[in-house]
Order: sequence, then structure tokens, then C-alpha cells
Amino acid sequence: MTDRQTTHDALKATPLNALNIALGARMVAFAGYAMPVQYRDGILAEHLHTRAAAGLFDVSHMGQATIAGPGAGQLLERLMAADLGRLRPGQMCYSQFLNAEGGIIDDLMITRLAENDSAERFFLVVNASRKAADFAHLRQHLPQLDIVIHSKRALIALQGPQAAAVLASLLPQVEAMPFMTMQMIESGGVSYQVSRSGYTGEDGFEIAIAADSAEPFARRLLESPQVRPIGLGARDSLRLEAGLCLYGHDIDETTSPVEAGLTWSIAKRRRVEGGFAGEARVRREIAEGPKRRRVGLLPQGRAPAREGSEIVAASGRPIGRVTSGGFGPSLNAPIAMGYVEASHAALATPVDFLVRGRPMAGRVAAMPFVPHRYYRQS
Amino acid sequence: MSTTHYTKDHEYIRVEGDSAVVGITDYAQSQLGDVVFVELPAPGKLLEKGKEAAVVESVKAASEVFAPVSGEVVAVNDTLSDNPGAVNADPSGEGWFMRIRIKDAGELAGLMDEDAYQAYVESL
Repeated sequence: MTDRQTTHDALKATPLNALNIALGARMVAFAGYAMPVQYRDGILAEHLHTRAAAGLFDVSHMGQATIAGPGAGQLLERLMAADLGRLRPGQMCYSQFLNAEGGIIDDLMITRLAENDSAERFFLVVNASRKAADFAHLRQHLPQLDIVIHSKRALIALQGPQAAAVLASLLPQVEAMPFMTMQMIESGGVSYQVSRSGYTGEDGFEIAIAADSAEPFARRLLESPQVRPIGLGARDSLRLEAGLCLYGHDIDETTSPVEAGLTWSIAKRRRVEGGFAGEARVRREIAEGPKRRRVGLLPQGRAPAREGSEIVAASGRPIGRVTSGGFGPSLNAPIAMGYVEASHAALATPVDFLVRGRPMAGRVAAMPFVPHRYYRQS
Repeated sequence: MSTTHYTKDHEYIRVEGDSAVVGITDYAQSQLGDVVFVELPAPGKLLEKGKEAAVVESVKAASEVFAPVSGEVVAVNDTLSDNPGAVNADPSGEGWFMRIRIKDAGELAGLMDEDAYQAYVESL
């Protein structure tokens, strides 16, 4: 057994830190924050509970910012390939900040807010590990825009098939919210910025809320027997089953959105018109196909293929590397994703993973591993 | 009669006559979290004290299990392939890893007894 002790000195605490500890969380260092990796139920039970009912996640470490200014949409479109012009107030989309070479600086959720004095406004949620880089990037390239960083806010995710019923019992307005929209809700003197989105593949919400209102709100949600607190461990296994990328693992400044299988997030208008950082590589890879692709991977046996495992072709030639790998509790089997040469990216292509120096059989598989169950209005 | 010894890496070795059962402690399983896979050595393998004897995979990560003493693997717990959760539920019973024939009983002297191990865990 090897065990590394973690010290929590100089780590930032989220507004839910005291609650996390009271709920029996095992705290770990993550992106400079003390974060709950699991609560008393453990990762397997937390994962399965989220798919069966509703899970509450403290994701307050993520970066939240409002960007405002005349023409903010067109200006932001220089840094990402999303069609922000098409978003109406309250609509959101997934995108990536791209560097000049078409690599991914970060991936993010961006929401158009209502205009204020003819200034367009957008709300961004970015990765904790990248927020300093993201905000510096914005200030460098778009100094004419106002950036307000909401560092005093919490972000609470409520995810799972019962999330809507539970949240609607406190905030009835959320029941019929379409997927990928946001609403500002005032209730009982508290402001809730609620989006119907998430990182688990389930229906659910992310709620941005003032730090001092966060714990009472989280406690009210946890009063529901449907809701259990869920740590980062299950958040990772849930997003892996959903086929979603984790920055710094599955995507980084060297990977392009086309290689990463994120071409769906590059708007048609932007592919035609261009005008964004990295467009040369992105347009070339869309036209000619990328050299490598992110794919789903299923090991044949019970042993997980972890991040960093080399992927080799049937011939024994190295063709790529696992970027996220572990165990999928809903599938009760190991699952992984990684990059392989494009010629080996077809579904069902047999591959071997080198695990502790030994080849282990597997194959390229479709993602998501567990079907998405996002809310669709009937 | 059996005597159980412990390592600083949280393996136990329970000596029963001229062989011994090896596994990980309750503290170890609680730190690892849900165990989803255990890679065990082949019977007949010669283990060297302090070297890798098995690998235990939790949802989060893979961890090495080291041989508490040198010896030959005489049996492994095959039921763990279908029920790796036994390592969490009953680490010193149904969650055992392997039985070994100890090469040099003198190596046991360097390990902790129950009281020393409990004091060690409390100091962590």
C-alpha cells in the first residue's frame, strides 16, 4: 500500500467547506481548493445514487465571471468558435478558448445575459485549474470589455433524474426550463442564477449563489430524501461514463477541438466565416480529418486502463495513450478514453493497453458509455 | 493459534503454522475506497519482502500491495475477481489476498504487532 498524505495548508475553502466536513467528506487538494473527493457513502454508491435519484455537488471551485461591453459577443467570438450571435438572453452553449495554434486553453459554458445600457453581457463558467489563465487571456485580448470575477460566490450542482422535482419544490420556476438555458430567480431575498446543465450526462442544474446563502440552500436541498452529497470522485466517474472531457487530461493546449471530438461545438457559421483564434488548424482538420482522435475505450477484462497507459495496435505498434481511465459504476466495468491515430479510431477496432508493462486487450467503443438523459420538453 | 503482523504500508500477515495469509488492513481499505479489481500473483510465484505482490484498484486509482516478508505464493483468493468489494467489507476475512509459505520467519521480527500498528494508524 502506498499512501500519500495531503496537507491542506494554504488551500482555499469553498463557501460549503464547513458543511462538507460536517457531512463527513474526505477532503483533498484540487486546483488550490480543499474539496470533497467523497462523502460517507463512497464513490460507487454516490455515483449510482446520482444516476438513480439526485446528487448535490459543491463545484464552487470553478471560475465564474460576467463579461460585458458593447459588441461583447463579436469580440468573444475571436477567442472561441461558438456562435454567440445566435444565443438569445438566457441561452447557453459549450465552447473552448482556443490559442493561435488551435489548441484548447480551456473549455467553458457561456450564457448570454440580458443587455444592460446597450452593453452585451455574458456569464462564463470555467475550470478551476484554468481560471487564472482564462481571465488573463481575456484581459490581454479583449481589454475593452469589463470582466467581473465572482470570487465570492458558490456554485452548487444538483444532478440526476430527481433533480428537477427536488429543485422545483423550492424554486417552482425551474421545472420547465429547457436544457442549456439560464434563469435569474429571486426567492426569499436570495438570488439564484440557475442553469439547466451539468457534467454527469443526467438532467440537472447548476446554481450560482452568494457565498453566505450557499450553505442554507444546500441544507434545504439535502433535506430531501432523494438528495445525497456527491464528491469529486463520483463526479469524475459520472463524466467519464458520459464521455465528457476533463481539462488537463483529455484536452489541453496541444489538442484541438476537432481531435477531441468536439466539432459539434464549432458552429456552422463560424466554420464558414472563421475569425477565431486557431481557425487555420480547426478548418484544416475539419476538411481533411485530424491525425488523431479522442475515442472511447473498453478494456476486455476487469482491470482498469488508467490515464497514461500506452495504446498499441494489433501489430504491437504504439498508436496512442489513455487520457482518462477508471471504473464505470453504472456499467460495472472498466472504461476509458484516449487519443489514437485516426486510422485506428473506428468503432470496435481491437487495441491493447499496456498496464503495468503487460498488454491487456480492449477495443474502441462508442461514447457516451451511458446514454445522456438531458431534459427534453415533451 | 495465529499471530498477525503489520507493515507500515498497511498490509497484514497472519501466520498460521508454516504458511501465512496476506491482505490489506481495514485502515487501508477505508483509505482506498471502493475496490473494483485486485490483480493477484500466480501461485508458485516467489515474492521478495517489500516488493510488489499485488495491485489493488479502487474507483480512483491503482495501489501496489507489497510482500510483508519473502515467500512463495501457495494460494490466492480467486473469489475477489467476482467480488472485489469483499476487500472493503471484510479485509481480514473474505477479503484476503494470498497465502504464502514464509521463507525466513526471522523477517517477521521487523513488523508491527496489533498494538503497535493501532498506535501507528492513530499517529497518521
